[in-house]
Amino acid sequence: MSYIQVENLIKQYGTGDAAVMAVGGMSFRIQIGEFVAVMGESGSGKSTLLSMMGGLNTPTSGQYSVDGLEVYQLGQDQRADFRREFLGFVFQSFHLVPYLTILENVMLPLVTAKTNGRTKRSMAGDALARVGLDGKAHRLPSQVSGGEQERVAIARAIVNEPPMLLADEPSGNLDSKTTRDVMDLLRSLNQDGMTIVMVTHSPECAGYARRLLRISDGLLVEDIPINGPASNLECWSNGVME
Amino acid sequence: MTLKDIALRNIRRRKAKAGFVLAGLLIAVSTAVALLGLIEGMNRDIQQKLEEYGANILILPKTENLSLTYGGLSLGPVSFEMQEIRQADLVRVKAIKNAANVAAMGPTVLGAIVVEDRKVLLAGVDFRATKILKPWWKIGGMVPSDFGVLLGSEAARILALKTGDHFKVNGSELQVSGILAPTGSQDDHLVFARLDTAQSLLRKEGRVSMVEVAALCNACPIESMVSQISRALPDTKVMAIQQVVQSRMETLDYFRKFSYGVTALLVLVGSLVVLVTMMGSVRERTSEIGIFRAMGFRRSHVIRIILLEAGIISAMAGVLGYLIGFGSAQVALPFFTGSNGIGVIFDPLLAAAAFAAAVTMGLASSVYPALLAARIDPSDALRTL
Repeated sequence: MSYIQVENLIKQYGTGDAAVMAVGGMSFRIQIGEFVAVMGESGSGKSTLLSMMGGLNTPTSGQYSVDGLEVYQLGQDQRADFRREFLGFVFQSFHLVPYLTILENVMLPLVTAKTNGRTKRSMAGDALARVGLDGKAHRLPSQVSGGEQERVAIARAIVNEPPMLLADEPSGNLDSKTTRDVMDLLRSLNQDGMTIVMVTHSPECAGYARRLLRISDGLLVEDIPINGPASNLECWSNGVME
Repeated sequence: MTLKDIALRNIRRRKAKAGFVLAGLLIAVSTAVALLGLIEGMNRDIQQKLEEYGANILILPKTENLSLTYGGLSLGPVSFEMQEIRQADLVRVKAIKNAANVAAMGPTVLGAIVVEDRKVLLAGVDFRATKILKPWWKIGGMVPSDFGVLLGSEAARILALKTGDHFKVNGSELQVSGILAPTGSQDDHLVFARLDTAQSLLRKEGRVSMVEVAALCNACPIESMVSQISRALPDTKVMAIQQVVQSRMETLDYFRKFSYGVTALLVLVGSLVVLVTMMGSVRERTSEIGIFRAMGFRRSHVIRIILLEAGIISAMAGVLGYLIGFGSAQVALPFFTGSNGIGVIFDPLLAAAAFAAAVTMGLASSVYPALLAARIDPSDALRTL
């Protein structure tokens, strides 16, 4: 059985003439430890798909299961627990809480966990060390660079060691050097066994994944493997997005 | 880090909003505490001053006929000639339930005597009780002994007698031991003697015409004292002189009702301030709440963060509001009572009530914003990010 199963997933906003089909019946499976890039033009339904995979957006119909767990059969609270235990989110604009320090931001997924404060701090410290920011734990997000904020967001996503990481345009606001650093970090996490689903517009970033799902008008139009550790240049020259 | 830490950090970050909520609650709580403190202080002031108002209960024989005025107040019909009260019966008043509240009891015997061919009213009184019952009396001279008399100012003028003068009544030689300064009451026209002396002169041994009682009852209404005395002395008519304090008590009652109205209004306004501010705060934090939900916070966790914030600010408002209200009442009380002798007493019950009211108000007004926050769709919230 596949780790993630998406079966005929449909998301429609509005009704009647005003209805918009964001995701129009998508099916695919992802095995544990895969690194999947989701690409498509703006408005194609990538982010809607990701939010449904994150248990944040109830589909109009279809099934979605993770490790055999039917996510949308769960109640609101159980779905919150699912997000805390199974998922790490990395958002395009980092979305750090501005009044919490970097360490506290990283600790956010642990706030509601039944773990003592010392363990939580230790776990957050480890996650920050993993992304190379252990020296800036007590700064506010506004006191570090954009690339560092993205790394804080990644540290926050991995602090509770979830088996699955969902990333929405993780390089959207970063320069090319920082993008490479962040993508290297994601690849490293994937090599450690983490399943990653990443929405991106960037072929450079998609080149870091092992599989590409291409979406158009809410439908899956391409599902292809990406062979080898593609460098950014190879991404382009292989014409992944051509 | 805990939910409380998040609430505290947010309060620190949004100081202006937190300050606005605090001010709304503070005004309501401190005003309520100040008004209630003032009422309580003024009430105590009146109770303490009751003694200054003198007698507030009269025991009269059950008769009709003559009317008598007392200090400008109508005391109802009194007869001097018939069915007078037996002095021996008065001990029963000391056995009533609220006997401890009887500050003084002044039996008085009244009767007409002839002095220098003029008819005057002789009042036999217990001068020790009279000191409490009529604290406004100013005696020029001495308090009468066995065969001494005290003259009202008008009586002294009309009879042309002064301190030290002697005169005869029914064959007994009496001496003027003092003259009463004008009181503006019936007392100015009377001749006062010791109760036993007057009873002997009037041949009314063991009988009294009326009894004045000063009852100081903080906890029980004067009507209750009246009915207790009536039961103890069934052959008498017991009346309360309520006019003396009633007008002031009525004023205080109006003030109390007004205060309750103002407090209710302020509580309403304060609650609305909290509600509107918290709603604004929740709207501002939509994206943040979306992040919390994406990180695995349950709806109940979001509600707890909002209510914790409201609870922390409300608790501060409760403590500060009580202190400010208490201080304000302390400063304002002399202005309302006209005396510096009385202060607002620290009332732990009022302090606890102020604290509980502030927290309840803050939490109750934040329930709806908290529910709104919990209902925020995380995917919508994150889409706005």
